[in-house]
Amino acid sequence: MKKHSEFSREHVLFLKKQRNTTLFVNSMRFIILIAFLALWELLATFNVIDSFLMSSPSRILTTIKNLIIADNLWLHVGTTLFETLAGFFIATFLGTLIAVALWWSENLRKILEPYLIVLNSLPKIALGPIIIVWFGSGIKSIIFMAIIITIIVTIITMQNAFLSTDDGKIMLLKSMGATKLQILTKLVIPSSLKSFISCLKINVGMAWIGSIMGEYLTSRQGIGYLIVYGGQVFKLDLVMASTVILCILAGVMYALVALAEKFLIKDK
Amino acid sequence: MNTILNIEKISLSYHTKQGEIQALNSISFDVLDGEFIAIIGPSGCGKTSILSIIAGLIKPSGGKVFLFGNQISRPTESIGYMLQKDQLFPWRTIEKNALLPLELKGLSRDGEKRKNVEHLLKKYGLWEFRKSYPNQLSGGMRQRAALIRTLASSPKLLLLDEPFSALDYQTRLSVCDDVYDIIKREKKTAILVTHDISEAIALADRIIVLTKRPSKILNIHYIDTDKSVSPLKRRESKDFSSWFERLWRELNYEKA
Repeated sequence: MKKHSEFSREHVLFLKKQRNTTLFVNSMRFIILIAFLALWELLATFNVIDSFLMSSPSRILTTIKNLIIADNLWLHVGTTLFETLAGFFIATFLGTLIAVALWWSENLRKILEPYLIVLNSLPKIALGPIIIVWFGSGIKSIIFMAIIITIIVTIITMQNAFLSTDDGKIMLLKSMGATKLQILTKLVIPSSLKSFISCLKINVGMAWIGSIMGEYLTSRQGIGYLIVYGGQVFKLDLVMASTVILCILAGVMYALVALAEKFLIKDK
Repeated sequence: MNTILNIEKISLSYHTKQGEIQALNSISFDVLDGEFIAIIGPSGCGKTSILSIIAGLIKPSGGKVFLFGNQISRPTESIGYMLQKDQLFPWRTIEKNALLPLELKGLSRDGEKRKNVEHLLKKYGLWEFRKSYPNQLSGGMRQRAALIRTLASSPKLLLLDEPFSALDYQTRLSVCDDVYDIIKREKKTAILVTHDISEAIALADRIIVLTKRPSKILNIHYIDTDKSVSPLKRRESKDFSSWFERLWRELNYEKA
């Protein structure tokens, strides 16, 4: 980085303006959050809204504190996290593998196309009862739900990424006498890296949908269980607190994927 | 000079659901060692198909291609193919890109072959940029890197499929000189496909003019411009403009 004194006045002003914009955006984000929480809290304190139905930030905090003290928050968080991560990794791995197979064989692709389309448009929750019958009412069913929701999107996204490999580059490799396996490993996979990262980002959301939906259907513990339980016994504080925890967990997981992106993608 | 490539009566038909299209109709020509050949013709006449057949990428419907007397049926190391765009892999450094053909053959650890690539990078001014990524280089340098990659497997014959068409006019003229100079210094034989008549005249020893589809050879011209000067200089000579007129008329007469 050059020192400021080496830049022209105009450029210094430009940099300043850029910095100011970033500062403005960040502070506005923060202000909106604080204002929202303050307004919520005030409206609840002065009984403008019914805090039994709407809860309030302070009540949410107290609920979370109680959950930690009662020493079962980590069990719930751990359970859901495990289900989500298991669904995320298994679906990403298997989905990418299937996408490779579909890239490899045009006939397989043609044969399976209608099945993939139907599976993609089918609301996976409809399979809930079948999954429970097959895998029992426990963590296995929930992980399966997370997998089935995530895997279809992975297959479709990665297959499209593989198929959109530059024909010119494929021809170049063929002219060098490359085998199909070499075309896959030297070209198709590396050129799909960006799509893979965006697929991971989508999968974070998908795996959370899967695990929470699974817990709605059948569970004894987990964040989804807390939300359903809270709703059933009209403890809206618990529902809100669990939702906040869910937001934080999903945000952290997305941030980790974004961090992985920085390491994996070298060419800008 | 020895003949290195014989093309004997190749023809090619495309099959689609709508029917059969004949692209090439009995094309025959020979290429001498060290020669620079240009193929021109109306667009869509199947110029690129000829290169793909020579490269062993597609099988002709009829006819044969011989390189050093051996029939070509699949891609071989003796032939290097350069495409319209540089097709450098953006996630590989220039050096890694240039080593790609060796890597595919499992030869990237072969000291001698590796040295050859390093030597080429040094000789043609890309050594300092060997750790750079393609997007950090200018269009001209990228094209030079693509040429070095083509030369990595030490081919005897280079196939150039409109390699300058993606560049802007200024860059194109200088890259054209650059590539020609490298091909001559490395003593390679080359076949260039182009739609640019002036480029063909500036570079080639011989120009093959194709008819429209189904393409036959309309004419083969020996270009008698002064070969001791660079392609750019050749554009200034008197012969150049008369050749241009002649070929332009030939192509347009053919179209009518």
